[in-house]
Amino acid sequence: MSAVVQARDLTKRYGNTAALDGVSFQIESGRIVGLVGPNGAGKTTALKAILGLAEFDGQLSVLGLNPRTQRTELMQQVCFIADVAVLPRWLRVGEALDFVGGVHPRFSREKCEKLLARTKIKPTQRVRELSKGMIVQLHLALVMAIDAKLLILDEPTLGLDILYRKEFYNTLLSDYFDEQKTILVTTHQIEEIEHILTDLLFIKEGRIVLDATMDDVGERFAEVMVNPDKADAARALKPLYERQIFGKSIFLFDGIDKTRLAELGELHKPSVADLFVATMKGTYA
Amino acid sequence: MNTSGMNTITPTGKFLWQVRREYWEHRGGFLWTPLIIAAVMLAFVAMGIILAEINVRENFNLNGIHLNQLASHLDADAVAKLQGALDVALLSMGLPIRIALFVVVFFYALGALYNDRADRSVLFWKSLPLSDTQSVLAKVAAGLIIAPAFAALGMIALQLGFLILLSLYAALHGINALPYLWSPTHLVAMWVKLAVLIPVNALWALPTMGWLLLCSSYARSKPFLWAVMLPILAGVLVSWVQLMNAFDLHSGFFWRHIVGRALLSLIPESWLSLSSLKALDHASDDPGLAIGNLLSFGNIADQFASPNFLIGVAAGVVMIAAAIWLRRSRVEAYA
Repeated sequence: MSAVVQARDLTKRYGNTAALDGVSFQIESGRIVGLVGPNGAGKTTALKAILGLAEFDGQLSVLGLNPRTQRTELMQQVCFIADVAVLPRWLRVGEALDFVGGVHPRFSREKCEKLLARTKIKPTQRVRELSKGMIVQLHLALVMAIDAKLLILDEPTLGLDILYRKEFYNTLLSDYFDEQKTILVTTHQIEEIEHILTDLLFIKEGRIVLDATMDDVGERFAEVMVNPDKADAARALKPLYERQIFGKSIFLFDGIDKTRLAELGELHKPSVADLFVATMKGTYA
Repeated sequence: MNTSGMNTITPTGKFLWQVRREYWEHRGGFLWTPLIIAAVMLAFVAMGIILAEINVRENFNLNGIHLNQLASHLDADAVAKLQGALDVALLSMGLPIRIALFVVVFFYALGALYNDRADRSVLFWKSLPLSDTQSVLAKVAAGLIIAPAFAALGMIALQLGFLILLSLYAALHGINALPYLWSPTHLVAMWVKLAVLIPVNALWALPTMGWLLLCSSYARSKPFLWAVMLPILAGVLVSWVQLMNAFDLHSGFFWRHIVGRALLSLIPESWLSLSSLKALDHASDDPGLAIGNLLSFGNIADQFASPNFLIGVAAGVVMIAAAIWLRRSRVEAYA
């Protein structure tokens, strides 16, 4: 059984700066992977390489295909939503369905129409007449009607209100995702999707700094709320990160025995957002 | 659609959908522009006829057709002469549509591989299983076949409208002009000629199409400046140093065969040489025959044999291939 995405030593340079600096990772089938990193960390470059939209050095195989040389074949099995604004504004909804149905062998018009029937979108409307939220509904309906193996989402809900954002991920989970499918998603609204992720990939300055399943994350990382009298003992265990709240200190630990930590104070499972802040410390400094 | 709900897709089918997509996006330029021009011109013709009626001007001339001829009985000789004049009128009347076609296709090609990068919708098209080669060739076909086909239909609509107006005018004066205005052989021959001209013009236009698509694919901003300024600056430079003297050629050669072919070959029938156009001046007794000769199949076939034509086609193909190659990895642009 082969991985959906297999990257080894992926490198991409723009002049002197490396957008990707020898990145290796593997994505298995049936996972929902969050690719998370600060602005300019190389997320988009990595996605572009996977989609065959950019040249790169190193080895990369997506669904067993080379994204550079077998792009057309690859795109029968891969869908992506780059962000909300990329549907052409002149296109009519009906034309979009006709066109995708005309060129995509795995598109089901029936399914797309069913999904659109739940929205206020009319076939005669042009994309420019739709609100940002409706455009993303349309794009999602088109993509969900395609029976693809890998779905790539790059900030799919940027600039949408919370109702559309919730609906987006709910629809995706309840009507699309199954163990045959794999989703790779980047977003800055990490709190909203952490409960649906199965895997995390943190990327910082072109390197992978964390590659773990969500279960691993729960095992490895722990957050402890410590009273001032025990703070020095906690610091001795080399926390990843420390912050103050209500006169107490909150420490984030990686790989320290939980029973030992429990002696210092109250234990929590850290949120992905906290983990992210701790891992990316010093990025913009 | 079969039982599994999946579609059967053929490469030809994909290509045709992409051509259709170009038409959807550019309906205004491809379809409505020639039709609106035809409608406006017919309105002017109708106004001219009405004014002629009101002022009772005996010798009113409409695109080379004298209205008083229509209002009188003609002998065989006069009918032949009228039909010759009519052919010229019907063809030359299409000139505004031809000029508009040039402008529409020029800017279409310039934006074809740039606009979707500027508004990022290229990412949507690239999310579908479409090859860049097919996408670019669909754009070439849309600009060089579909747009000229609609222009030809616009011209035919204009010609039919013109003939209807003239017939009505003649009928108003109690003359049945149908036999000599509506000669099927003349009309069908002319329309066949219009259809044949489409692929001939398309091949001639390949260097301009290739150059514009190349700039459209290459430019990160302002493709117009790249496309227009680069050849013109090169021409100025060549003129300035008379570089071509080294090859025993005049800089006029560069302007005509490099700059001109890169920018102006989209002008319909621009493969007609100036000298053959000058011959028209000396054929004033029968301009219909002269135009007929100029656009004769023999003259068209001669074009295919000229190095100017063939080298242009080769250059166009090379530039289109380069545009396709650039299209593979250029997805960004600054609007």
